[in-house]
Amino acid sequence: MSKKITIALAGNPNSGKTTAFNAITGARQHVGNYPGITVDKKEGTAVVDGQTVHVIDLPGTYSLSAYTMEEVVARNVIADERPDMVVDVLNAGALERNLYLAVQLMEMGAPLTLALNMMDEAKKQGMRIDVQKLQSLLGIPVVETVARVGEGMDNLMRTAVEHAREKAGKPWEPLIISYGSDLDPVLDEMVALISKEQFLTDRYPARWVALKYLENDEEMLRIGKPFGAVATELETRAREVSEHLEATLKTYPEAVIADYRYGYISSLLRQGVVSRLNDLENRLATSDKMDQVLTHRMLGPMIMLGLLFLIYQITFTIGEVPMGWLESFFGWLNETVSEAMPDGLLKSLVVSGIIDGVGGVMGFVPLIMFMFLQIAFLEDSGYMARVAYMLDRVFRFFGLHGCSVMPFIVSGGIAGGCAVPGVMAARTLRSPKEKLATLLTAPFMACGAKLPVFLLIVGVFFAENQALVMFLLTLAGWASALLVSKLLRSTIIKGEPTPFVMELPPYRVPTFRGLLIHTWERTWQYIKKAGTVILAISILLWLAMTFPQLSDEQMAPFEARQAEIAALIEAAGGTDVPAADEAAAATEAGAEVSGEEQAEEAGVLVAENEAAVSEVDMEALEEELTEIENAMSEAGLRNSVAGRVGIALEPVTKWAGFEWRTNIALVGGFAAKEVIVSTLGTAYSLGEVDAEEAQPLAERIANDPHWTHANAVSLLLFVLLYAPCFVTVVAIKQEAGSWGWAIFSTVFNTAFAMVVAVAVYQIGSL
Amino acid sequence: MSTVIPLRKLQVGQKARIQTVMAHGELGRRIRDMGLIPGAEVEVTGRAPLQDPVALRLTGFTLSLRNNEADYITVEVL
Repeated sequence: MSKKITIALAGNPNSGKTTAFNAITGARQHVGNYPGITVDKKEGTAVVDGQTVHVIDLPGTYSLSAYTMEEVVARNVIADERPDMVVDVLNAGALERNLYLAVQLMEMGAPLTLALNMMDEAKKQGMRIDVQKLQSLLGIPVVETVARVGEGMDNLMRTAVEHAREKAGKPWEPLIISYGSDLDPVLDEMVALISKEQFLTDRYPARWVALKYLENDEEMLRIGKPFGAVATELETRAREVSEHLEATLKTYPEAVIADYRYGYISSLLRQGVVSRLNDLENRLATSDKMDQVLTHRMLGPMIMLGLLFLIYQITFTIGEVPMGWLESFFGWLNETVSEAMPDGLLKSLVVSGIIDGVGGVMGFVPLIMFMFLQIAFLEDSGYMARVAYMLDRVFRFFGLHGCSVMPFIVSGGIAGGCAVPGVMAARTLRSPKEKLATLLTAPFMACGAKLPVFLLIVGVFFAENQALVMFLLTLAGWASALLVSKLLRSTIIKGEPTPFVMELPPYRVPTFRGLLIHTWERTWQYIKKAGTVILAISILLWLAMTFPQLSDEQMAPFEARQAEIAALIEAAGGTDVPAADEAAAATEAGAEVSGEEQAEEAGVLVAENEAAVSEVDMEALEEELTEIENAMSEAGLRNSVAGRVGIALEPVTKWAGFEWRTNIALVGGFAAKEVIVSTLGTAYSLGEVDAEEAQPLAERIANDPHWTHANAVSLLLFVLLYAPCFVTVVAIKQEAGSWGWAIFSTVFNTAFAMVVAVAVYQIGSL
Repeated sequence: MSTVIPLRKLQVGQKARIQTVMAHGELGRRIRDMGLIPGAEVEVTGRAPLQDPVALRLTGFTLSLRNNEADYITVEVL
């Protein structure tokens, strides 16, 4: 066939629309976002009888009002892109409510094909639907489908394409429903006015526009405003009729319109379309039985905690294996490139800046994938809605919504999550205010990147109670998120709670394909965002920690000493260990003072050791050589931009017990929290130290008199609470729609973390 | 003669028919979009662990809503 046909897929959430979309498009689909908003934009192609069909998956909606982003998007796509055919996927078991959307689509005039989905389940419920009758009453094609097993999908597509061809080139024919004696006359007048003025008629049918004015539809009022007089006139009419209804019937146009729409539907269905044999066992009854246990007063919350714990366990036990592979791969890459490239800045950039930076983030991909897979399972099975249901009462107290649970959990509510997908998960929240509160507090959770830092510090200072301390940190994350949210919601983001009128879908076994697609979509978003931003940031960070370099003068004493030791190694053979220890201790002491003094110290060491040359053994000499290299890199770091920043921050951070090296690590942690451990490693002059091989760094910290329990705890809490990593900040910007809130989260969280850390350190040091 | 009571007062397991929906604005629209309209039959199938929200069965699907949202709806006990 000639022209490409575009089909838009509409339908209620939980109607099997996504399953249908997956079945139709298979692997030929891609996901994005509608420009400027965070609603998923899914598109794909299918081939029907040699005809290429472009399929747009509209967001799932119950209606075409404009209260949610999803509804606005669905409506705009239909009005602006004018698909050749709209396929409305209905849950046959809840036909009446599902037809509510269909009727609105017909009122818009869109060419429509209905897919009566989940017919198998509807039949099991004892429901009989006369498809022929429904088809002739509505005057549009109706096809029975079972999307989960692919039944009827070919027929659906063929019917839709055929119908689209019939309708091609013809004007849209909006359905006209009577809205009763109160509204019909006004509607007619408004329609006359709209038609005469050509008001928005290029996008919508006149009667649809009039209805939207009566419904007080914000989006339509906004679009209409610039037209001036016509819009004002329509608004006046709508207000008049609204006041009239209020006075006479104590109702309002919106309610009347909804009632008439449902009235139209039930009058259709009553004409022998649907019959129910109520005594049959149905799937909802099974769901009810499961709910009696799964949402039981006592058992429900326990099962929920158990499941969350299980997710954590599975993620870490299974995810660790491929994570190990990735780590070895990046380790191998690091080695190979190190060997292949000549020493110098470029090598340092590629190895430390790029491979390690990106590798650190990519290492988490398997964990994130496994977690997403399980969360997709819980979502698709219908359990997540129950979690929101069970926790709503608690969350509402803190100014959040039951649906905030998900973003919190994904962000690291079960330690080991990641705030980037967590923040993205907040898009299921409808209310901008609750969503904002969730976005700003989700980064307090103990995400996977913070874990290496916790493991390091906890391992050194709380070796006896590791698990307990880790658990307390996770709880501290939750407590902070809830309390700060309460604070924000009662100050700068005040507002009424959003309704919790939510569907509790029946429990069902998710399809394998659906799970894979869901998991892959989210994982890919993580890889893409993290990959690009982290790459840039780790290069910047490398620059900050490398430049400016030490001058030749500053390098001279170290180099001289190195040369001497090298010469000594060649000549030496003695076994005086104490002398070497003394030298090492002196070098260590040197680390406490500034760069220049240290350089002098190195010189003194040279003199001291010259006397003991013959008695020093090879091993001690080599050890010393390492010490000198460490001292040199420390002096270099101190001199670099990052070092200077770290030192400059000391007057403030000393109140929380952090010294300059910790500061560098924390500043680096803004790029990605994983960086904290490796930066600490570098800062403590130990070169490459990653989370897995943190032992030497741990020893170093354990032996450093500067570190006490007080600043260990203050550091733990600071890392838990301070600014979200850069990728998360970008995600917050995207979800909140402005840089303002992203910057707010950075500044506010850091200030909050600082207050907590200072309080803890000061109390702990008493 | 059956009694008309606020939805909040309905016990778990009790069936009723919706009489009026008084909610305006977003809540009103959400309630209607979800099929909670005068004439619809509902049954309370459960309450969350803290007694709020409540799970409601309508023909073919289950909804949840909070007690203070249920206050906008009156039902006739069947």
